[in-house]
Amino acid sequence: MTGPDLLRVDGLAVQLGRASILDDVGLVIRPGATMGVVGESGCGKSTLLRAILGILPRHARIPRGAILFEGRDILSDQAASARGRIGFVPQDPYLSLNPVFRAGTQLLEVMRRHAPGNRRQHRAKLIELFRAVQLPDPEGALDKYPHEFSGGQRQRLLIAAALSCDPALLVADEPTTALDVTTQREILALLRRLASERGLALLFVTHDFGVLATLCEQVTVLYAGRVVESGLTRAVLDAPEHPYTRMLLACHPDRAADLIGIPGTVPAADAQPSGCRFHPRCPIAHASCATEVPPLLLTEDRSVACPWHHEPLPEMAVV
Amino acid sequence: MLLALPALLGLVVATFILSRVIPGDAAATLAGDAATPAQIADIRARYGLDRPILEQAIIHVRQVLTGDLGNSIFTGRPVAEEIAQRLPATLELTFAALLLSTLLGVPLGLIAALDHNGPADHLVRLVSVAGLAIASFWLAIMLQMVFSMELDWLPLRGRIDVALGLPPRVTGFLLIDCLLAGDGRRLSSAMLHMLLPALTLSLPGLATIARFTRSGVLETLQKDFVLYARAAGYGRFRLAAIYVLRNAITVTVTQIGLLFGGLISGAVVVEAVFDWPGLGTYAVQAILAADYKALLAVTLVVGVVYAIVNVVVDVLQAVIDPRVSDGTR
Ligand SMILES: Nc1ncnc2c1ncn2[C@@H]1O[C@H](COP(=O)(O)OP(=O)(O)OP(=O)(O)O)[C@@H](O)[C@H]1O
Ligand SMILES: [Mg+2]
Repeated sequence: MTGPDLLRVDGLAVQLGRASILDDVGLVIRPGATMGVVGESGCGKSTLLRAILGILPRHARIPRGAILFEGRDILSDQAASARGRIGFVPQDPYLSLNPVFRAGTQLLEVMRRHAPGNRRQHRAKLIELFRAVQLPDPEGALDKYPHEFSGGQRQRLLIAAALSCDPALLVADEPTTALDVTTQREILALLRRLASERGLALLFVTHDFGVLATLCEQVTVLYAGRVVESGLTRAVLDAPEHPYTRMLLACHPDRAADLIGIPGTVPAADAQPSGCRFHPRCPIAHASCATEVPPLLLTEDRSVACPWHHEPLPEMAVV
Repeated sequence: MLLALPALLGLVVATFILSRVIPGDAAATLAGDAATPAQIADIRARYGLDRPILEQAIIHVRQVLTGDLGNSIFTGRPVAEEIAQRLPATLELTFAALLLSTLLGVPLGLIAALDHNGPADHLVRLVSVAGLAIASFWLAIMLQMVFSMELDWLPLRGRIDVALGLPPRVTGFLLIDCLLAGDGRRLSSAMLHMLLPALTLSLPGLATIARFTRSGVLETLQKDFVLYARAAGYGRFRLAAIYVLRNAITVTVTQIGLLFGGLISGAVVVEAVFDWPGLGTYAVQAILAADYKALLAVTLVVGVVYAIVNVVVDVLQAVIDPRVSDGTR
């Protein structure tokens, strides 16, 4: 299919050794759209982002699938297309800057390679971006070392860095979990403002359904490396259909997505169950769930990877 | 940094005590085989060797503090003068070795880390195990046999071609003096003479530096900021050779300071094999002659040089890692 897709992930599988980390993962982001990725720890959210950013570990394999950015396959020719056009906001601003180089040195190096213009223009542009992200002392910031900034300031710095090469897509991996609550709110507001002001598309990993609801129009729910449900955030949060999403939201109507309250445990990445990966823990599992991988069913407002999604859950499923 | 001073004072006292408990009677050596006990006693009195040990120690420390290292018991000349004559040769050799081990060790460590568990990594590991295990006198003799005697590519011993002779002495550092004299032939001769001894001396340091650099780079590669830099699109080469290496090298630099002690003691052996007229050969002569004045002075000078090198390393460290000077690390 051709169309105005900005990013298109198709049937992506990622393996680390014998472990299947991602399997048949797909998502589409149109220009300016905001997409959230949720799922509990270890379900492969960061791995998905790393595949998109081209920074999977050396021993990772991609046996199947494609990632198209602006229509070009970035798995086969990573360097040519996506660098600079995809801005990355990391999870931990404390650990993501090299402590022995000045902030300016690190940010300018990226611009030198991926942004047009000379060094003076790059400096001017960064200072302007520092203003836009409300970093105190925008002129002096370039010459400071990372440890001279607070955590919130560092995250602002990194957001400015992510914007420095005029990206079309901003990718963020839980960009506020390392920060205190007040700062979290400020950074989220900043991201939302920047994305809408600049018409940026956003791919946002989070644990937090509250954040998801305010920041992302669409959502993709991952379980054990597969997409179990995806669609408009409002629709999914209001009326989840996949048993996993339903149980998750029943436990935590507006808070962190983790599995406390759902019986059983997340399978290890190198011991995934056959069939539907959720079936050992699913209260409405049928015999076929253990053998057949459920395809993503397209309904009117979403896709669900469960043929039995109309069945009610038994009362006792959630404790 | 200020700790260097009390450390040096401690060194003065400790070496003095050591010099008095090692076997060997300087007075007897000096007097010769045919000396009568009266003559020996006379010499002993002249050098103050008959006084109580504590008094001798106090006199010694006072002399050292006023910059007087005394006269050699053996030659009778001022020890300071003799050491000044020979120190540049040793410093030149050890610095050359330090330079070699850094210039070779750091890239080797980097290459090994980037090829983690690959063939290059194994090769570098082999080299570093060999570098630490091989005795330097054996290596020195082997190198002499192959490159000087068999192939005749490099000179066997000494600092410079005897036919050329030394350039006018300005600093005592031969390479610098040759440069100052604008003498290309002497310069190249001096450099060729330096090659084998410096290489021999550099090998253990090279091995240590390669190992520390390798583990430093491996550790740094695991850091989030490397992942972030890759995601942001850093160039591959710049990422490894500058971004990662600068973090990794902080540990290596500390090692360089510590290595210097090993280099000086290694120089004693290497100088002996290559007939290098430095402090090492001087120390050997002093030991054989039980010339404790000379020995004390050599130890002190080496201690001072070692302290200076480590102060320089501290400064270097603060330059490389801004957190050191900030006290945040
Ligand atoms: N470098 C690696 N080597 C081996 N296994 C890995 C590596 N990185 C991730 N994994 C495994 O891949 C799976 C997915 O990890 P990933 O980091 O993508 O999860 P996540 O959804 O981002 O989790 P979290 O919410 O905790 O960040 C996990 O089972 C993890 O153990
Ligand atoms: Mg993660």
